[in-house]
Amino acid sequence: MENKEQKQKEMSPGERIKGFNEVSLGYTREQAVKEARRCLQCKVPLCERGCPAGISIKNFIKHIADEDFDSALRVILEKNSLPGVCGRVCPAEDNCKRMCVSNPKININLLERFVADNSKKIIAESKKDKGKIAVIGSGPAGLSCSSDLALMGYDLVLFEALHTAGGVLSYGIPEFRLPKNIVNNEVEYVRNLGVEIKLNSVVGKTFDLREISKEYDAVFISTGAGLPYFLGIDGENLNNVYSANEFLSRNNLMKSYKFPEYKTPLKRSRKTVVIGGGNVAIDAARTARRLGSEVVVVYRRSKDEMPARTQEVNHAEQEGIEFNLLANPLSIIGKDDVEGIECIRMELGEPDDSGRRRPFPVKGSEFIIDCRQVIVAIGQGPNPLIQKTINLNTGKKGNITINERYETSINNVYAGGDITSGSSTVINAIRDGKSAAKQIDETLKKRRR
Amino acid sequence: MVKMYRIKEKKVLAEKTILIRIIAPEIAKKARAGNFAILRIDEKGERIPLTIVDYDKDTITFIFLVVGKTTNDLSKLNEGDSILDVVGPLGNAIDVEKYGKVVFVGGGLGIAAIYPQLKALKKLNKIISIIGARTKELLFLVDEIKENSNETIICTDDGSLGRKGFVTEALKDLIENEKIDRVIAIGPPIMMKAVSDVTRDKKIKTIASINTIMVDGIGMCGSCRVRVNNEIKFACVDGPEFDAHEIDWDEFLKRNSRYKEEEHECMMAKNNGK
Repeated sequence: MENKEQKQKEMSPGERIKGFNEVSLGYTREQAVKEARRCLQCKVPLCERGCPAGISIKNFIKHIADEDFDSALRVILEKNSLPGVCGRVCPAEDNCKRMCVSNPKININLLERFVADNSKKIIAESKKDKGKIAVIGSGPAGLSCSSDLALMGYDLVLFEALHTAGGVLSYGIPEFRLPKNIVNNEVEYVRNLGVEIKLNSVVGKTFDLREISKEYDAVFISTGAGLPYFLGIDGENLNNVYSANEFLSRNNLMKSYKFPEYKTPLKRSRKTVVIGGGNVAIDAARTARRLGSEVVVVYRRSKDEMPARTQEVNHAEQEGIEFNLLANPLSIIGKDDVEGIECIRMELGEPDDSGRRRPFPVKGSEFIIDCRQVIVAIGQGPNPLIQKTINLNTGKKGNITINERYETSINNVYAGGDITSGSSTVINAIRDGKSAAKQIDETLKKRRR
Repeated sequence: MVKMYRIKEKKVLAEKTILIRIIAPEIAKKARAGNFAILRIDEKGERIPLTIVDYDKDTITFIFLVVGKTTNDLSKLNEGDSILDVVGPLGNAIDVEKYGKVVFVGGGLGIAAIYPQLKALKKLNKIISIIGARTKELLFLVDEIKENSNETIICTDDGSLGRKGFVTEALKDLIENEKIDRVIAIGPPIMMKAVSDVTRDKKIKTIASINTIMVDGIGMCGSCRVRVNNEIKFACVDGPEFDAHEIDWDEFLKRNSRYKEEEHECMMAKNNGK
C-alpha cells in the first residue's frame, strides 16, 4: 500500500499576500481517501487519547477510507460541533497527530477539515425538556457546551456581547486562516440544534448574572480572554500603536481591510513592528503584510521558544515577514505618530517556571527599528466584565476560579475556556465546554431524581 | 431571525443635531444616567458609541451631531426604519449622591449628555447649568435643561443668545463668586480641557465624560485607552467619566483625531457613489 503523506495545496506566497483568501486549501477527495487509507486502524488508537474533544478518530478515518463522508462527519459531530474550525486551527501536531504511530504521521486535522467542508451536517432532533441553561459567550467553549447540552435535551440560550457569534473565531483569527463563512456555518449548525443565540447581549451590563442564575437551571460562563495586555513602556499611547485585539477586531470583525466599502477605518502603514511570539502575533503580522506593510516580528526569546504554531511561523516567513528574535522593546519613539521602536538584544539563560529559557538583556545593545505602526501582541487576560459586577472567586490574573467539576463559587454557575485558564487554544476551550456540559447534566440529573 | 432596533421617533433639534428614539426594551430597563450604547447601522457599518440621553420603559434616546460618515448615514434614517445592532447600556452610570452645589457645563453636543445627569442629580443637589454653542441656532434642549436646573446660564460665541463668549468664561465668573462643590463638564475635548484648567487652582472636583474612538465597547481592544493619573484606563469599561484634573488631555486630543484622514476618504468614496 502506498504510504506517502498527502500534502494539501497552498496558495503561493506572492498570490496570498494580495488579499485575505484562505492560504491552506485542504485535501481533494482523492487525497483525503489516500491519506485515510494510510491509517493503520490501530487496535488501541493512541490518537484518540491525544484529542481534547475525544473524537472517535479511528472510526471517522475508516469512513473516509470507505468513501462514506457523511458517516465520517456524523462520527465527528457526536463529539465536536466545530469540525471546520478545528480542522483548520487545532494544533493537531501537539494533540492527536503527535500520538499517531504511522510513519509519516496521518494528517488527522486535514481529514477532519475535508469531511467538514464536503459533507452535509444532519441535525439530530432532540426534545428540550430537561431544563433551561444559559451560556455566556459564544466562542469555542460556549458553542461546544451549548451544542452538547442541546443534544442531551436541554433548552439553551447563548448570550453574545458582540453583533456576531463565534468569539475569538470571529474577531480574532483572520479570514486567511479561518474563513468567516466556515465559522458562520458552524454557528448556524449550533443554532439549528435548537440553541437560541442572543446577540448584542452583554452579561454584566444588558443582563445581570444574578438574575440569569435564578432564571435558569444552570449557567456556563465562557467569556474568554479578551483583555489586551500592554507593555507599559513609553510611547505606547502614540497614534498607530494597537493592541493585537484592536488590530485584528478591526479587520476580522469589522472588515476594515475592505474600507471604505466597510466603514471601519484602519491606518495603512508602510512598516509595522509586531511584538510577541504567539499565534496572535503571527496573525497580526500576516494581516499587516496583506494590508501592504513591511513587517518585523520582535520576540524576546528564540524561535524554539515561540508559542506560535510552526506551520504559521513558516507561512509568515514565506510571506516575507522578518523575525527579529532575542529582542525586547524598550520604548516606542515618535511625536504624535509612531516613528520607530527602541529595542535591546536579549540572551537566553536558565529555564524559568514555564520550562523555557529565561531571556535577559545584553547591556549596551540597544538598537532602533524604523517603523510607522506597532502592534502589541504579548497576550490577553480574562475578560473582567462579569467579575466586576458580582462577587465571584477569581485567581491572580482575574480568571474565574473553578473546581474539578467546573463549578464557580456561585451555586449553579459553571465556567470554562480562557476565562478560567487565561489564554489557551480553541481545542482546549472546546474540551472545557464539553466537560462542563457533562458536569451540568450530571448535577441536573441528580436533581431531577 | 435578525432582531432589529426600530426608530420610534426622530426630531431635528438644531442644525445637524438630531434626536432618535429607538425601541430597545432590554437596554432601556438597565439604562442609567452616564451610560452609553454602541450602534451599528447595517452589515457594513462601523460601531459608534452614543450617550443614552433618555430612556423609558421600552425606548432609549440618542442625540447626535452629523459630523462623519456614520452619523450622516444615521441622519438619513426615519421613523419606522431600523438599526441593525444596538448594544448597551455600556460604561459606568454616574454616582447619584448629595454633593451640594453642582455645576454642569455642556458645550455643543455635550448639552445632550449633561441632560440625563442633571435630571438624576437634581433631587439631591442644587444644579447650575452652563450651556454653550457657537450661535443661537445651534442650541437645543434649552427648555429641558432650564426646567431641571436651579439656574441656567446660556453662552453663545457670537452673543446671539445669552452671554457672549465661551462657557469657560461663565464658569470662571461663577466660581469666583460662589462656592461650588462639583463641576461636570461634557463637550468638545478642548472645552473639557479648558474647564479643568479653570477649576484646578480652586481644587473643585471636576468630572469629564470623554467620547473616545471605540470598537467593541466592552474592554477588549484598548482603542479607547486614556491616561488618567498616569495609569492606562479604558474609557469603555473604566469610564466614560474620569477626574478631569487627572486626564492627560494632550495625549487624549492626539489619539482622538487619529482617523481624520480616513473619515474624509470614506465621505469622498460615498460622494463618488462608491
